[in-house]
Amino acid sequence: MKKIIIFSLLLTGITVSSCKKQLNQSPKYGLNAEVVYSDPANYIKVLSKLYAGLSMTGNQGPAGQADIAGIDEGFSAYVRVLWNLQELPTDEAICGWNDPGIPELNKSQWNAENVWVKGMYYRIYYQITLCNEFIWQARDEKLAERGFSTADVEMIRKFRNEARFLRALSYYHALDLFGNVPFVTELDQVGAFQPKRIERAALFEYVEDELLAIEDQLLPASSAPYGRASQAAAQSLMAKLYLNAEVYSGTPRYNDCATYCEKIINGNTHQLSSNYQSLFLADNNTSPEIIFPVVYDGLYAQTYGGTTFLICASLGGSMVAADYGVNGKWAGLRAKPNLVDKFSDSTLDSRYLFYRTGQVKDITTMATFSNGYALPKFKNKTLAGLNGSNSSNSPHVDTDFPMFRLGDIYLMYAEAKHRSGDAGTALQYVNMLRERAYGNNSYNLASVSLNDILDERARELQWEGTRRTDLIRYGLFTSGSYLWPFKGGDVAGAAVSDNFNLFPLPTSDIILNPNLIQNPGY
Amino acid sequence: MGAQTNENGEFEIKFVPAGTVVLIVRASGFVTYNQEIIVSSGTVLNQNITLSKEAKEYDEVVVIGYGTTRTKDLTGAATVITEKNFLQGSLATPEQLIMGKVAGLKVTSNDGAPGSGSTLRLRGGTSINASNDPLIVIDGVPIDNGGISGAANPLSLVNPNDIASFVILKDASATAIYGARAANGVILITTKKGSASQKEVHVTLNSKISISTIAKYAEVLSGDSLRTLINRQGSQQQIDLLGAANTDWQKEVFRTAITSDNNVSITGGIIGLPYRLSVANRFENGLLKRDNMNRTSLGLNLNPTFLDGNLQLEVNQKMVQSRAFFANRGALGAAFFDPTQVVQTGNNNLFGGYFEWIDNGKPNVLSARNPLGLIMQSEDRSVVNRYIGNAKVTYKMPFLPMLKATVNLGTDQSEGTGYTITDSLSAAGYFTQGSYSQYRQTKGNKLIEAYANFNTGEKYKDHLLDLTAGYSYQDWYTSSPNNASFNQAQDSIIGLPAANPFYTKNALLSFYARGIYTFKNQFVVNLSMRRDGSSRFSSEQRWGWFPAASAAWLLSEGFLKDVKEISMLKIRAGYGVTGQQDGIGDYAYIGNYFEGATNAQYAFGGQYYTVFRPAGYDANLKWETTSSINIGLDFGLYKDRFSGSIDVYRKSTSDLLATVAVPAGTNFTNQILTNVGGMQNQGIEVSLNTGLIAKKNMRLDWMVNFTRNFNEVTKLSQIEDPNSPGILVGGIAGGIGNQVLIHQVGQPTFTYFVYEQQYEQDGSLIEVGQAASIDMNGDGIVDPLDKWKDTNAFVDRNNDGIINIKDRYYAGQVAPKFFMGTALNFQYGKWNAGVSMRSEIGGTIYNNIHSNSATFSAIDGTKKFLSNISSLFYEDEVQKTTTNQLLSDHYLERADFLRIDNISVGYNFGKLGFTKDKVGVNVGFSVQNVFVFTKYSGQDPEVGGGVDNNFYPRPRVYTLNLNFDF
Repeated sequence: MKKIIIFSLLLTGITVSSCKKQLNQSPKYGLNAEVVYSDPANYIKVLSKLYAGLSMTGNQGPAGQADIAGIDEGFSAYVRVLWNLQELPTDEAICGWNDPGIPELNKSQWNAENVWVKGMYYRIYYQITLCNEFIWQARDEKLAERGFSTADVEMIRKFRNEARFLRALSYYHALDLFGNVPFVTELDQVGAFQPKRIERAALFEYVEDELLAIEDQLLPASSAPYGRASQAAAQSLMAKLYLNAEVYSGTPRYNDCATYCEKIINGNTHQLSSNYQSLFLADNNTSPEIIFPVVYDGLYAQTYGGTTFLICASLGGSMVAADYGVNGKWAGLRAKPNLVDKFSDSTLDSRYLFYRTGQVKDITTMATFSNGYALPKFKNKTLAGLNGSNSSNSPHVDTDFPMFRLGDIYLMYAEAKHRSGDAGTALQYVNMLRERAYGNNSYNLASVSLNDILDERARELQWEGTRRTDLIRYGLFTSGSYLWPFKGGDVAGAAVSDNFNLFPLPTSDIILNPNLIQNPGY
Repeated sequence: MGAQTNENGEFEIKFVPAGTVVLIVRASGFVTYNQEIIVSSGTVLNQNITLSKEAKEYDEVVVIGYGTTRTKDLTGAATVITEKNFLQGSLATPEQLIMGKVAGLKVTSNDGAPGSGSTLRLRGGTSINASNDPLIVIDGVPIDNGGISGAANPLSLVNPNDIASFVILKDASATAIYGARAANGVILITTKKGSASQKEVHVTLNSKISISTIAKYAEVLSGDSLRTLINRQGSQQQIDLLGAANTDWQKEVFRTAITSDNNVSITGGIIGLPYRLSVANRFENGLLKRDNMNRTSLGLNLNPTFLDGNLQLEVNQKMVQSRAFFANRGALGAAFFDPTQVVQTGNNNLFGGYFEWIDNGKPNVLSARNPLGLIMQSEDRSVVNRYIGNAKVTYKMPFLPMLKATVNLGTDQSEGTGYTITDSLSAAGYFTQGSYSQYRQTKGNKLIEAYANFNTGEKYKDHLLDLTAGYSYQDWYTSSPNNASFNQAQDSIIGLPAANPFYTKNALLSFYARGIYTFKNQFVVNLSMRRDGSSRFSSEQRWGWFPAASAAWLLSEGFLKDVKEISMLKIRAGYGVTGQQDGIGDYAYIGNYFEGATNAQYAFGGQYYTVFRPAGYDANLKWETTSSINIGLDFGLYKDRFSGSIDVYRKSTSDLLATVAVPAGTNFTNQILTNVGGMQNQGIEVSLNTGLIAKKNMRLDWMVNFTRNFNEVTKLSQIEDPNSPGILVGGIAGGIGNQVLIHQVGQPTFTYFVYEQQYEQDGSLIEVGQAASIDMNGDGIVDPLDKWKDTNAFVDRNNDGIINIKDRYYAGQVAPKFFMGTALNFQYGKWNAGVSMRSEIGGTIYNNIHSNSATFSAIDGTKKFLSNISSLFYEDEVQKTTTNQLLSDHYLERADFLRIDNISVGYNFGKLGFTKDKVGVNVGFSVQNVFVFTKYSGQDPEVGGGVDNNFYPRPRVYTLNLNFDF
């Protein structure tokens, strides 16, 4: 009997210890960081995610396994939140939906709980954290440790510099939209800590230093595959940074802006597209003008948040969805009358893309689609009139979003030159765009003022997500000196306090991170 | 053969063949007499039989974790419900048997779909983001609470007719032996077994046939009313879209459904091998056309003993196959489909003849589809197989009979397979040429446990010691393939598969010990301890201790022993710590990269690359810990004619898991499930049982239980801050991403967080953009140019001139503050009748149909289709849903109700003479969901999440029940 007891005790002991091993479980299809970064072939897949952070909303298209929580997944797309923050509170666009936070953007009455403000903020930091991880994992010391070939190391270094560009781009957006924000680099590892705060001017310097450091390390525009950040992409971002330097750091840097615009122009890789509309079509990836796109595809890169949003939300009323290469009209976005009025000189301008049948120009009701002209500028049709890859029976489009394009560089150059006293060069570059728009030089301007340049930006870059920054640089975004419908909550428009030049940091982050200070007025 | 006694208890059985026969005498309240008698030919036997009284309820043995105890030795809050108190009627799932029967346990049926099961909440629930479901243990095997693909609910795969009893362990002193999974209580289910003393074969046949009808339709406009309304105030666009028909879409998609439920069980004992075999089939039709569940189950229990009773074996096996047809749930919105349109157009070449909204010759992608077309033109079938089985061996040491060793091996395996087809001719399948997708999911868990029990029994007069110690190992896995979806012809892919198949596994290893000491049958002390190790946590957080201590004093065995009126009086007190780990991902503490799907790639130079994305993680994740105190009193007066218990409790949860924001820039996500919060539940439970009439031939018993629970979130972040925005939840229809509920410190979980509506002097709503009754533009006259601004629609509670989230306020909770269950059972001779009712008071409901489908703008028309609206439109004639309108407190209503769950009446014919007394017959009739008393304006005030929108209506069920005994 004793033997039996001893035997059973032993048996118990053995089963317990073998069961104990079962407590170490790991995912069958997941890969830990060590495994991922031990194979050079995997780096481009992580880099692919860093870029896809700008286009996709999660690990599954068009929705599923979202990157960002606490916001509808389709809303959380980088381009969509950025576009809404940059366009809805301006004279260019209004959205009729009753979704949370949208009416407050239309009215410039957002607060620190606004879901779009939160969506942008957390999307920016999601992107920054992912970039930090990649930069850290791909640091030289680690690459040496892993014993990769020289060619592989060279390739991964390029990727790493692109990750630094993407991080600088997101920090630029943080700088432009939020000002004084949390600051983390690749030296900060994932874990429970409270990032320190960086002030706007210091962040300006950081972004500038980063871009200066990587500018020459990126692929030249002439050899960079479409979609990857080239030297010209970094130069575009620097030009944008310098153009707004006075807003960001208190010191104007127009000469530097002009210098970087010249680098791109003289690089000669990028040319103006002959057809304005072609920049916003399903085959716009063939355009020589786009310097840095956010890439979409109807089959392989599906989301509700990028150009799908821009195309479908712009359709409504009597428009036929199939004419624009999609299957539905989301009936949300229309142009504000102020934008339409910028074209008052002529409707021969090929940038006059409004759809007017059944629409009225003035907006008295936010939610009514017929209030305001529709603006189907982005389409899922090719220049030849063919559908995108996913036919016209889906909302998923091939159209890429031009984050930086040469047209913008021309206008930045014109403005920087004008502000530095060279109105002649400014006029030359403004007229180059007008000639493209009209197909001839009959509508060229004889002289150009700074306000003319702002209006030209409205016509040329309408609905491309730059308007808020432009109006702030001109001092017209807040206050009562320039009004548009629903500004300040009033149908006729009302003055808005200057604190709205910056968005608030989300309350949740202010609470979690005592290093942060809320922007004034919120 | 058999006979009934007369009033004097005398009986006579004639013409008994000579030989050995078994005489069985049964009487209610007494132990069944079972004796072999030798009958010789031609003699009359006079036999005096004395039946011994059945043991009193609290001498009964009750199942507790890893063993049993006497009811009177219970020190924790536990409720035992046996067959005789089960809810009557045609019930699909086991938990419905105890609906309204247990104080502190709220059972809410999820909806009216076949086999959809219920949500169980014991003492309020201790979690926000993890699970609030109690642990369910069937015959010693903790079952998987997660659903399986193709079945509505995991418990829907257990046949209610096989269940003998439920033991609901409520407080931590009783549940702590289940450690890390016990914070929401434990429900122990014991299935029916064969009996060793029963020598003949006993067959029971039970057959139920039911008719289900819709209890209440949603009230919407008729075709004529909609036409009148649109012609009166609609736009030309809307008028042009009107049809000429008068279709009642609800009548098109709902039906009166027939359900049958047949059970055969055989019990007996073959040479010391007691067994019970049951075969059952339930064929349930749903109210929605084509909705069906066909479940066949097989149960076999064997409980033989060997080696002079020293070795006991218990084998329980349950096999179930459930075949289901899920009618397209999209049809639940039928009420709001335009009633002016016909059902069938007569043109069978287009959309199979069903009327559909079109846009430019194609189905309108923004409109609803023809509800009947949705049902008839799609097919969603599943087959789910499940096996739950265990084998338990208990060996009593011959050299030390007080010591018993038990080994229990158990498993729960299930597999769900199914497919969904959308007809290529249908509008829903138009763009993709139909669809075909297949799914398959396998789940399983295995249990290995061994424990030893030392029980002194009656050996020492005044001292009883019961010690148990053991260990248990259980692991769970779930796997499913990554299937693509196809068009109906299956010649082209319309949905790309995920990058990888799905597989997840977790394991739990535990050690536990318990000691119960009883002194003079009067004082009981119970101590237990469990140590759990879970694979869901890192090695630093992996192990946790879960102790408990409790004591009871049976006053009725002490100084009150001689008080005749008091048959039983016991006071109890206990404290314990339990955990909660359900709802935490299996690998949530590990940092990992996952490959993205092929439709979420990025292109460099036209070449697409799938992505590797790091997942956010919390390396320090651990279980939620709930410590609870319970003080209770059990009593029985006047020979237990009046009995009951009262319990007061407080449960404090710490390390509450909540999905909260992380500081930006510190993780690969902006929100993470982490242990940050705290919550408290406290309350009182009272249950009373009374024999109102207790005569020889007539009994009337009344049972009632009351529960009052106070729930409060006490902490939601590491750093406490009064400006904390809380966690918004409770998504509603209308717009995208609108939420009406919040978890906030100082409030109960699921509290409404809404704007305060402003009203005109006549009580009508102030609507943004609509004509104002005052001079808004200051031009000196009140005319149509004066319109309400959004600052007028809602109360600007913080007076900053802007209406935004800071003006929202806390406006009531979803959970009822108070709930009650009551039942009356009446017996008169061979007749019996019963009624069961439930009531919930103090909960609030958001009427999403009122807010989203009762405005004129909800009719639409601008996107080339019309929708119907709720009749509630006439209540305030709201023209359009404007900014924040959906989040107005105008749409909150009290969810108070009293529901008559069941009324039943039955007649027991006894043994039928013409069958030579071989067959006993019992006939019953019952009605379920008889009536709901409520002031709520919607269909049903009892909605799971507080938001009422397109709910599968609960049927009213009429059941005829036939029971045969052989």
